[in-house]
Amino acid sequence: MTKILFSLSLFREYIANYIKTKLTYRADFWVEVASDLLFSAMNLIFIFVVFQHTPSLGDWSEAEVVFVYGYFMIPYGLFSTFSNLWNFSERYIVKGEMDRILTRPAGSLTQVMLENVDPPSLIGSLVGLGIMATAWWRLGLPVDWYDPFVLIVLALGSTLVYMGIYTAIAALSFYSDAPTGITPLIYNIQNYGRYPIQIYNKTIRFLLTWLLPFAFVGVYPASFFLEEHRDPLMAWLTPAVGLVVGAIGLGVWTHGVKRYRGAGS
Amino acid sequence: MVSAYFDFVRIRFLTMLAYRVNYYSGIVIYAINIGAYYFMWRAIYGDAETLGGFTAAQMTTYIAVSWMARAFYFNNLDREISNEIRDGSVAVQMMRPISYLLVKMMQGFGEGIFRMLMLMVPGMIVAVLLFPVSLPTDPMRWVVFFVMLWFSFLINSQLNLLTGLFAFFVENNEGLMRMKRVLIDLLSGVLLPITFFPGWAKTLLEWLPFQAITYLPSSVFTGRLNGAEVWNALYVQIVWFLVLIVPILLMWRSARKRLFVQGG
Repeated sequence: MTKILFSLSLFREYIANYIKTKLTYRADFWVEVASDLLFSAMNLIFIFVVFQHTPSLGDWSEAEVVFVYGYFMIPYGLFSTFSNLWNFSERYIVKGEMDRILTRPAGSLTQVMLENVDPPSLIGSLVGLGIMATAWWRLGLPVDWYDPFVLIVLALGSTLVYMGIYTAIAALSFYSDAPTGITPLIYNIQNYGRYPIQIYNKTIRFLLTWLLPFAFVGVYPASFFLEEHRDPLMAWLTPAVGLVVGAIGLGVWTHGVKRYRGAGS
Repeated sequence: MVSAYFDFVRIRFLTMLAYRVNYYSGIVIYAINIGAYYFMWRAIYGDAETLGGFTAAQMTTYIAVSWMARAFYFNNLDREISNEIRDGSVAVQMMRPISYLLVKMMQGFGEGIFRMLMLMVPGMIVAVLLFPVSLPTDPMRWVVFFVMLWFSFLINSQLNLLTGLFAFFVENNEGLMRMKRVLIDLLSGVLLPITFFPGWAKTLLEWLPFQAITYLPSSVFTGRLNGAEVWNALYVQIVWFLVLIVPILLMWRSARKRLFVQGG
């Protein structure tokens, strides 16, 4: 418990530090926020343009697909804020920074997450919430008292799915000394979990559900709120899958750190 | 002198070759990408025969060839340049009796050849086996396509040079680089052909260099563009290639005057 409190206090320090750094590069901060939002805008533009040519995708309407996208942005923003591990292999393994991490009092994964904390990504979560609310209203969905609580549980589950997968991928660099080019490639695959899963064939459905469970960061949990496509079993599996994937990610990381022998430079 | 530049191509190719294992997984992942988009477009088409001027069959080919072309022309020159500017090593490179920008292009080309052999060709074979992709039968079309692919690489690398050189002026151009990557995927036509955009956006995109990267070569490959349109497409690419040289040189000239190495 004290360890968690200690880590949290570190997080506060690092965020304060982050803000100070960013004030030096102020223009860059806004470009970064804009580029994050542009990324979402691009995906939304894709959806809007496609729906100009077709009334439905599978049997999902435009508003429903947008709803799923809005949902996706919430866990994605949380994930990007707290575990921004994109450049892990380059920065920590190739340049030997990992040796320094291991001498720090906080856990190695916590320390790496701390150093890369990225608060502007949270803006994406808020925008996602807004998009989801708009789509909710457009679809005329009922609002139940428990919906906000369900949303929190599901979003946290989805965030864990993300963190687990990307922690495991980042940890792969402990096992192979080559900078792995896998991350940007996986990055494309995560997009497919946001579209109605029924449109894919069995192989891709299986992949998105059980192997790289990105469907749990989009279509499954979001379907809980969509009356026409509600799939309570898959929706409620989200937190469970999150815990399992998160545990796997942590396991791969801890095992990898034990194998780590230093950069030798 | 020329051979020195070719050595940069060769060295980058060999460096990449050392990491080839990663690329076996890359083939699988690109196949998944093509697969996901194939099914998504099948759902989008539903019962429709043609959308945006593409038949459902042409669309399958378009997706496959666009992703595979991307595997070839994609590179991280912008990131490399901005890293070298930020850590100051660009200063050393500038003292060498060779053009820094040309060296970067050559390195990008070495990477491109590697990606073509290890990723694009095997990936295309996998895609043809798995999905109903129809390859052009006319050998001339293949020749034109590869010429156009070369220009895709040039134009995409030029845009990368421009983005990378911004590091001379803004000190931290991380956001700008991310923004550029997102824009290129959307506006070049990898995600959806330019013809799908509503009228005004289409007109606008036709006046931007992005379509020359993916949309034009892929449209030629799928047989969407024929006869004089093909030459016209190639012409657009050549014009953009020449036009983009100007801002790069201007930026490079003013950048050399204000190089400021942070903490160097």
